[in-house]
Amino acid sequence: MFREVFEKYNWEEVKRGIYALQDHHVRAALEKDRQGMEDFMALISPAAVPYLERMAAMSRDLTRKRFGRTIQLFAPLYLSNECQNICTYCGFSFDNRIKRRTLTDQEILTEAQALKAMGYEHILLVTGEAAERVGVDYIQNALRLLRPLFSHLAMEVQPLEEEEYSRLIPEGLNTVLVYQETYDPVAYKDFHPKGKKANFNYRLNTPDRLGRAGAFKIGLGALLGLSDWRTDSFFNALHLDYLEKTYWQTKYSVSFPRLRPAEKVVLQEACMSEKELLQLICAYRIFNGEVELSISTRESEKFRDNILQLGITSMSAGSATNPGGYAVEPQSLEQFEVCDQRSAKQVSEMIRSKGYEVMWKDWDRAYQPESTKTEIINAI
Amino acid sequence: MEPLIIAGKVFSSRLFTGTGKFSSSSVMEEALLASGSELVTVALKRVDMRNEQDDILTHLSHKQFSLLPNTSGVRNAKEAVFAAKLAREALETNWLKLEIHPDPKYLLPDPIETLKAAEELVKLGFIVLPYVHADPVLCKRLEEVGTAAVMPLGSPIGSNKGLKTLDFLEIIIEQSKVPVVVDAGIGAPSHAAAAMELGADAVLVNTAIAVAEDPIQMGIAFKMAVEAGRMAFEAKLGKISEHAEASSPLTAFLED
Repeated sequence: MFREVFEKYNWEEVKRGIYALQDHHVRAALEKDRQGMEDFMALISPAAVPYLERMAAMSRDLTRKRFGRTIQLFAPLYLSNECQNICTYCGFSFDNRIKRRTLTDQEILTEAQALKAMGYEHILLVTGEAAERVGVDYIQNALRLLRPLFSHLAMEVQPLEEEEYSRLIPEGLNTVLVYQETYDPVAYKDFHPKGKKANFNYRLNTPDRLGRAGAFKIGLGALLGLSDWRTDSFFNALHLDYLEKTYWQTKYSVSFPRLRPAEKVVLQEACMSEKELLQLICAYRIFNGEVELSISTRESEKFRDNILQLGITSMSAGSATNPGGYAVEPQSLEQFEVCDQRSAKQVSEMIRSKGYEVMWKDWDRAYQPESTKTEIINAI
Repeated sequence: MEPLIIAGKVFSSRLFTGTGKFSSSSVMEEALLASGSELVTVALKRVDMRNEQDDILTHLSHKQFSLLPNTSGVRNAKEAVFAAKLAREALETNWLKLEIHPDPKYLLPDPIETLKAAEELVKLGFIVLPYVHADPVLCKRLEEVGTAAVMPLGSPIGSNKGLKTLDFLEIIIEQSKVPVVVDAGIGAPSHAAAAMELGADAVLVNTAIAVAEDPIQMGIAFKMAVEAGRMAFEAKLGKISEHAEASSPLTAFLED
């Protein structure tokens, strides 16, 4: 389990190490054919800032070689905003007095039709953590409703048990996103004082449970801005590296949810700029030529229009981050504020105008035959 | 030049192509038309088999092209067979590029699952072209279960590194009774020409054309390289020698 790897490191020591890196470390990292963890550290360090243009060119070329000139588009489908956790940065936090809603079967289908009409084939199901109302049974039911409509189903819900994942994957679940939020145990405790989510280690081992259950793809990420983003990104990359070697049949993606400076929970010193986000994305690509890198509508139009050529392989567009937000009840409260509010059509036109193809479909239900349970070949 | 025959079908072009990574379907269409390619592989996961207006398929509906559906994305024989049956039904062809690469990072083919799936698919009436490592024994085993060709890799897919497996490709070409198509890793027309000079029956190229600044020109460049390489093979290249062979110092005394 990743916890054993994680425990060999100390947050403060890693942080000091990154900030102590110098120009020659960065140059050495850039010259190599294959970059390891120490090179990734150099590339995300402040010492790499003067090399951003070169890093961007490398990242662009590596991404084109592997993924071509294509961008995969997906949309989130929020099923519920009920949540028993207190996450001080999240709109759905238990202590926020907002109207709670969990979509009914009919409402799920109404939202799904709206997404189909926009052209989506890949969707991401999102819920809060409310095990009684929105537990595994609810999710299973949602997958059964949606499977006939879409080519690719992903979800971002509370961490589950291995057996629960094993139950959902044969229902057409392909990808599971589970962000550690922060790998800084101290900050984690501050931001998650209550609810099941307060258990840092349970969350940390979630990708292991997913790997064992045979998930097709696992999405990782740190919520950038909760603690030092460089140190968080080091641990996220370490996590990725461990998972790739352990569950070698699984695909991986990394997302970059960034708390923007306007959001009041962000500590000023932890705040990440667009320039730093670009540095991080390029560093990931140079470190790992094959991992999928994803950017959401949290980021601005200008940033998204430019980043799509520099390392990103998938993005959401036209997103509503509230249950019922597409068709059922578009006015309800959002989980986070969407910055790029353009429609799917506008974003896809923008992508094409940059000389890239919009990839609506990159999976097929045929690849997950309903009759066969996923076999885990690599017993760990 | 000799035409290439696979499972009774005659090809005048020995350049097979792929459809991924292009900046748009129309660029893909133009580049593949220009390349002269007659066999075009398309990933099942990319096409909407339920949609007759599917963007990729629409751009491939030319007489020049025969479709070669591929199973890229499956992780084992069971999934491959399932996907193959669906492809046959939806795309109305029993040709199949069998790709089973459970490792999503380097996309290296699983020899055990590939052999298992090939055997079953041949029995089900498919014309199977399996993507495999440049493993001569595996290629013979695949030939024995009835695949229509073998498609050993030159280097990891999308790597553009050329014929890193050269020594093994030579053995495969020497031993094979079915056509050998060098697939994956061909990054430049010179690599394609080298494979053809070696005696490969065809090559399959995707990334090098799709990712080029000008995919259409690159398609033409590959067409020419494949033709040149094949022509050179048929014309029989001279032997490469480390030293000159002008005189016969050891046996010249016989003539004295």
